[in-house]
Amino acid sequence: MRVTVDLDLCQGHGVCESEAPTVFELAKREKVTILDGSPPDEARAEVEAAVRYCPTSALSIVEEE
Amino acid sequence: MTITVDQKQPPRVSGGEEVNGHLEELRVDPIALMNRVRDECGDVGVFRLADRDVVLLTGAGANEFFFRAPEEVLDQAEAYPFMTPVFGEGVVFDAPPERRREMLHNQALRDKFMRGHAATIADEVEMMVAGWDDEGTIDLLDWFAELTIYTSSACLIGKRFRNELDKRFAELYHDLEQGTDAIAYVDPYAPIESFRRRDAARVGLVELVEGIMARRAGGPPSAEDERDLLDVLMSITNDDGSPRFLADEVTGMFISMMFAGHHTTSGTAAWTLIELLRHPDELTAVDDELDELYAGGAEVSYQALRAMPHLESAVKEALRLHPPLILLLRVAKEDLEVDGYTITAGQMVGASPSVSNRIPEDFPDADEFQPSRYLEPREEDRTNPWTWIPFGAGRHRCVGAAFAMMQLKAIFSVLLLDWEFELAQPSDTYRNDHSKMVVQLQQPCEVRYRRKAGSRSGSPDGGGRA
Repeated sequence: MRVTVDLDLCQGHGVCESEAPTVFELAKREKVTILDGSPPDEARAEVEAAVRYCPTSALSIVEEE
Repeated sequence: MTITVDQKQPPRVSGGEEVNGHLEELRVDPIALMNRVRDECGDVGVFRLADRDVVLLTGAGANEFFFRAPEEVLDQAEAYPFMTPVFGEGVVFDAPPERRREMLHNQALRDKFMRGHAATIADEVEMMVAGWDDEGTIDLLDWFAELTIYTSSACLIGKRFRNELDKRFAELYHDLEQGTDAIAYVDPYAPIESFRRRDAARVGLVELVEGIMARRAGGPPSAEDERDLLDVLMSITNDDGSPRFLADEVTGMFISMMFAGHHTTSGTAAWTLIELLRHPDELTAVDDELDELYAGGAEVSYQALRAMPHLESAVKEALRLHPPLILLLRVAKEDLEVDGYTITAGQMVGASPSVSNRIPEDFPDADEFQPSRYLEPREEDRTNPWTWIPFGAGRHRCVGAAFAMMQLKAIFSVLLLDWEFELAQPSDTYRNDHSKMVVQLQQPCEVRYRRKAGSRSGSPDGGGRA
């Protein structure tokens, strides 16, 4: 699983950071930084929640073969 | 032969022969005008607003173009001349794009503050209903407008400031919102009654804030966590020690901070309740959902941040059918091309939630209230990110959307657990007043309330749930 962000859309709400703090980070007044672009399968539930609850739908998961 | 596709002007909608173009129609029936643009012209069509063209974009492709464009290309600053007298010169829309982006980043809206806000909002609703009898009638516009003055001031400015406010602030604020007649596109200071009331209301608000500031002359509370944004602003001084911000500027800042979240949330709360009362099966589903969530005595501050699929869907459907903002506007800063048509620098460009939210190809039974369209597998808000646009979309999406949804969940948690409601007038008499750019419910818009059997008997502490 790979995580991508459309930075055009990110407004820096920080929901992803709350859902999956090991994968996403938000500095004050910034857009998201992806800490781990290929998170382990154990983090899948958290990452899916982050993608789902992102207020601007800026995140997506790309499945790798 | 030369084919000049890159110079093709978008088609124009019928009507608008008067000196101000379609302005009068926009002031009377804007939704009919915008629907006619789409019917006659398609995704890109032009109507005339005073001395300017408005290129109205609808549909997924054109909307995506609109919402992805950076401020430097499609600018908001010039697009809303009716807001300048409301906020005051120099506030918000007069700031450059970089500064505006930063201001949008209101720290109070970040995720980690939401739980505290949910508790604050639940408390405010409890305080409002504490004044109710066992049954009675409320006017939805007056009631929700007052409630959301308290919630937005408490969450965005601070409880200390909120506790200095009463109904007077809400009434003056209402006059400001009513001072948004589209005549502002001809003259924002035209000598009309609603603009006179607007200007008097702004003066009245400055006086209220001046009074609050005078009462704080002795300095801020010693405990830092009791200070609010006004204490912070009052503590900033110029080099000579004089205060940096006077009441006029402070008031302008507070008006603008509260504006985006006030009439929008108030109207959505009212429409959610109206639609639920029009659709008793949906109301039952929401009631059952809340009863289950709160059966164990959970707190509103906790539950309001968690999933409530039926209530959320009802709110989303109220937003789709009755979007608080019906027309979003920008000004083109350069020549642009969309769907093969040219937009010329200086033209205004619009997107319409009212029209796009009801495109039948994207939303089957588009005029029907069907909350189930948001549940799996349909999820029509997620599958139509560029046409389900009550909050706008893309980089311009409302930064307060998550806050608004949480607020509405907190409000209805308190209201629906303890109270039952019924329409107090014929169902089709609830409608929006479109005579101003800020859309509000047309009065009268009354509902009856009655305390539920087995409610928490109005205990002032909220029975531990608030």
